[in-house]
Amino acid sequence: MNNPVLRVQDLAVNFISHTGGLLRRKERILRAVNGISFELHASETIGIVGESGSGKSTLARAILGLIKPNRGRVMWLGENLTELEEEALRQKRKEIQIVFQDPIASLNPRMTAGDIISEPLWTFYPNMARLQVEERTRGMMKMVGLLPNQINRYPHEFSGGQCQRIGIARALVLNPRLVVCDEPVSALDVSIQAQIINLLKDLQKKLGLALIFVAHDLSVVKHISDRVMVMYMGCNMEVSQREALYRRPLHPYTSALMKSVPIPDPKLAAEARQDSWLTGDMPSPYEPPKGCIFHTRCPYKVKRCEADVPALRRMEHGDWVACHRAEDLDLSI
Amino acid sequence: MALLEVRDLRVQFETPEGVVQAVNGIDFHLESGETLAIVGESGAGKSQLVMAIMGLLAENGSASGAADFKGQDLMQMPQKELNKIRGREIAMIFQDPMTSLNPFLTIEKQMTEVVMHHQGLGKHEARGHAVEMLRAVRIPDPEERVKQYPHEYSGGMRQRVMIAMGLLCEPDLLIADEPSTALDVTVQAQIMQLVGELRDKSNMSMILITHDLAVVAEICDRIIVMYAGEMVEAGTVDDIFYRPRHPYTQGLLASVPRLDRLADDELHTIPGNPPNLLDLPSGCRFRDRCSLAREVCFEAPPLQVQDDGCMSRCFIDMNSGEFLPVQSNSDEDNTGEDSM
Amino acid sequence: MNTPADMQIPKPQVVKAEVEDPFAAAMAGQDVRGRSLWVDAWHRLLKNKAAVISGIIMFIMLLLVIAGPLVSPWEGDFTDWDNTASPPNFETGHWFGTDAVGRDILVRTLEGGRISLLVGLVATLVSLAIGVTYGAVAGYYGGFTDRIMMRLVDIIYALPFMFFVILLMVVFGRHIVLIFVAIGAVNWLDMARIVRGQTLGLKNTEFVEAARACGVDHKAIIRRHIIPNLLGVVMVYVTLTIPQVILVESFLSFLGLGVQEPMSSWGALVNDGAQDMESAPWTLVFPATFLTVTLYCFNYIGDGMRDALDPKDRA
Repeated sequence: MNNPVLRVQDLAVNFISHTGGLLRRKERILRAVNGISFELHASETIGIVGESGSGKSTLARAILGLIKPNRGRVMWLGENLTELEEEALRQKRKEIQIVFQDPIASLNPRMTAGDIISEPLWTFYPNMARLQVEERTRGMMKMVGLLPNQINRYPHEFSGGQCQRIGIARALVLNPRLVVCDEPVSALDVSIQAQIINLLKDLQKKLGLALIFVAHDLSVVKHISDRVMVMYMGCNMEVSQREALYRRPLHPYTSALMKSVPIPDPKLAAEARQDSWLTGDMPSPYEPPKGCIFHTRCPYKVKRCEADVPALRRMEHGDWVACHRAEDLDLSI
Repeated sequence: MALLEVRDLRVQFETPEGVVQAVNGIDFHLESGETLAIVGESGAGKSQLVMAIMGLLAENGSASGAADFKGQDLMQMPQKELNKIRGREIAMIFQDPMTSLNPFLTIEKQMTEVVMHHQGLGKHEARGHAVEMLRAVRIPDPEERVKQYPHEYSGGMRQRVMIAMGLLCEPDLLIADEPSTALDVTVQAQIMQLVGELRDKSNMSMILITHDLAVVAEICDRIIVMYAGEMVEAGTVDDIFYRPRHPYTQGLLASVPRLDRLADDELHTIPGNPPNLLDLPSGCRFRDRCSLAREVCFEAPPLQVQDDGCMSRCFIDMNSGEFLPVQSNSDEDNTGEDSM
Repeated sequence: MNTPADMQIPKPQVVKAEVEDPFAAAMAGQDVRGRSLWVDAWHRLLKNKAAVISGIIMFIMLLLVIAGPLVSPWEGDFTDWDNTASPPNFETGHWFGTDAVGRDILVRTLEGGRISLLVGLVATLVSLAIGVTYGAVAGYYGGFTDRIMMRLVDIIYALPFMFFVILLMVVFGRHIVLIFVAIGAVNWLDMARIVRGQTLGLKNTEFVEAARACGVDHKAIIRRHIIPNLLGVVMVYVTLTIPQVILVESFLSFLGLGVQEPMSSWGALVNDGAQDMESAPWTLVFPATFLTVTLYCFNYIGDGMRDALDPKDRA
């Protein structure tokens, strides 16, 4: 596991909006993704966790090239995706795919399940025989747990979980090497979530996929990731191995997130978890705090945090954290 | 007398594909100061149940049964009477705060309207109440914020405003339909704690509708688990979490990913899909997804009720964990494997 | 942190459920037929009584205007000098009466119907073809392309329609094809705007994003994802445009700018009839009734289609 298949370096995406009237037009910059770097190896899963406004969905789309980043590089198998022309980037879609959050909205309601799954084949292999396309489509359906005889049904005739399976089949039909999953289970019922998570893990093992799993739910991410990256307001707070993260988070934000996750166990829930409530709300993304972007809500902040931006640095176990006090704090659960 | 007593509530909808029985005979009661959770997945009918009680069903829906609130049957009440109770004695919070708030009115307007209507307060007084309530739900700078519009608030803040609006008239019963599903986990934690505090202060009863079992564990006293329009299990929080009887409840609990457990390789799942209410299996509605199902499950399972109020709609005996002996009128022997 | 043994959630025993392997059963059988949204909408439309009745009436109307003049004893331009300006009379065979020069009103009305409906249909098809393509391209590509294309639409829109038509008439004479062109040339603008608006919305849907993520090229996205999803709105607009177009043609005829004699349209007939309104009201009443009924029917059908296609009804 030496060479990473994906290397993201200092990726940034800005959204610009204008305020003020005709005479006093001011430009406001929203730094949705603000300098993210990480690596991913083949057959590895990295979970990207963050709340709303953290920029994780924007990051996912920037990696895929659906949004053009303002800065930074996305090195895929040695090639920089951000510098590719439109047509060359399009060809890369065979290797990097995405599964969306809303299973029903991501399927064209006027196309059958079979057509939806076959479309990538039509696009890249227009000369493939019809029978071959159909065979492969049915094979994909079976692989994701759908009955192949449903091939002519429309999305509205399937349940949410089944629609998500169709989406996964579509993402896998071209044999990609990297699949970005953007909150793939958030919109599903609990029992179905578990099915889809198991399916993704299964498929990853079988097909040797690298997975990027974006989610807001720490418990879900725990079940599927090898490493976890925590994002806050577009910045990378921490990247750690799964076991380490859940046992001893390095960043105060991670610790707060974990303490906020409700546990389905009445006795444990009754034990007070008030000790590290995050104070206040997330600051406006148009006016990010100076210094450490998290300092306005951090229970451990010191003077330095208000002025200096902490760099993402490597700790002894190979994990990374962006916090001035990472060495002194012991945030063990 | 219980604050709310629901008897044999049924709700159905006329759809182009046929009549859908969304709720199929639910009974429960709620005491003052108690918090009840109605848990279930899509198609369970939990939202429809509550909409029926509040008289807010869609046009193609009809309900039958009784819902006695402080002795008066809400289902039989004319809209005018219901209006007096809604907002004042029973408050309801919906899932999506964006669509529940009027984007064209200021927060102040929307909050004071409720209070002025129900309690006959003057504008100044009402405004004062509103500001106090915003403060209680921890909206910063409430005096300024109250003059703003919904779009100027974040999602979490909007939900807090909804809660504030719900609590303004100090209702006896608060019904919250998935109040924290649309929120981030840190905001959710704050809000649930807040709701718990406010409830304790005023001895308010609450019905919490959710599919999130974790949230339930934190603040609820009793739980009703619904599946395909029926109640499949009911009990106290401890009963449901530590001694679940019904296979669906067991499966649900086992498939929730938990932060405190070591990550097993596989999450337990309930196979199959949520039920299609137009095409339910005969007998037990859960049988085609149940790993314990047997032939007897093709009959409608009995609702076992214990003295302490725990219930389970299943052929598996609540106490012994074995299948109930089959009641047969003929002279045939029971098959040897059943326990007696 | 482990929960103590007595509080652990019991793992469901793995007893083999008596369900057959669903795959085996399914593999043997045929594919399940899907039910597209169009089929759903069609069924909903059939439940709308007003729309269904209107549809039947329009069907009958179509039969009448096509077949009627063929079976009628009278020809449209035959002048029955014995029976000029006579009221409806079964004995003479003039069921709707005759006009000032003795032409049978019934035949004239049906022949006029041919022209009116033809204009309605053709002009609408023209505006459909141009408008949908134009609007989809403008909406999808957006940016500069969109701005130029829509400014063009705005400019053409600003031109006074009447002026344009009169100009065409003066230059090219009163030919029926001209009527199609004139009306079609104006109506496509509305269609383009509507389609562009819909496209702007569709462009941002997740399934279009998914298509881009799968590498589908722009032309294919417009063809496979955008256009099929706007057809609903377009169809509704078309059914509401046809009566509009017929009315415009009637207006032109009323002003004397429409079809030339001996061809007639409902508008022209109404014009003629209006002049003899007091002395021979039947010359006005019959064509006007046919025109009005047609307009109503198309409107009911259009409303019915809009309701049937409304996605909110989907359970």
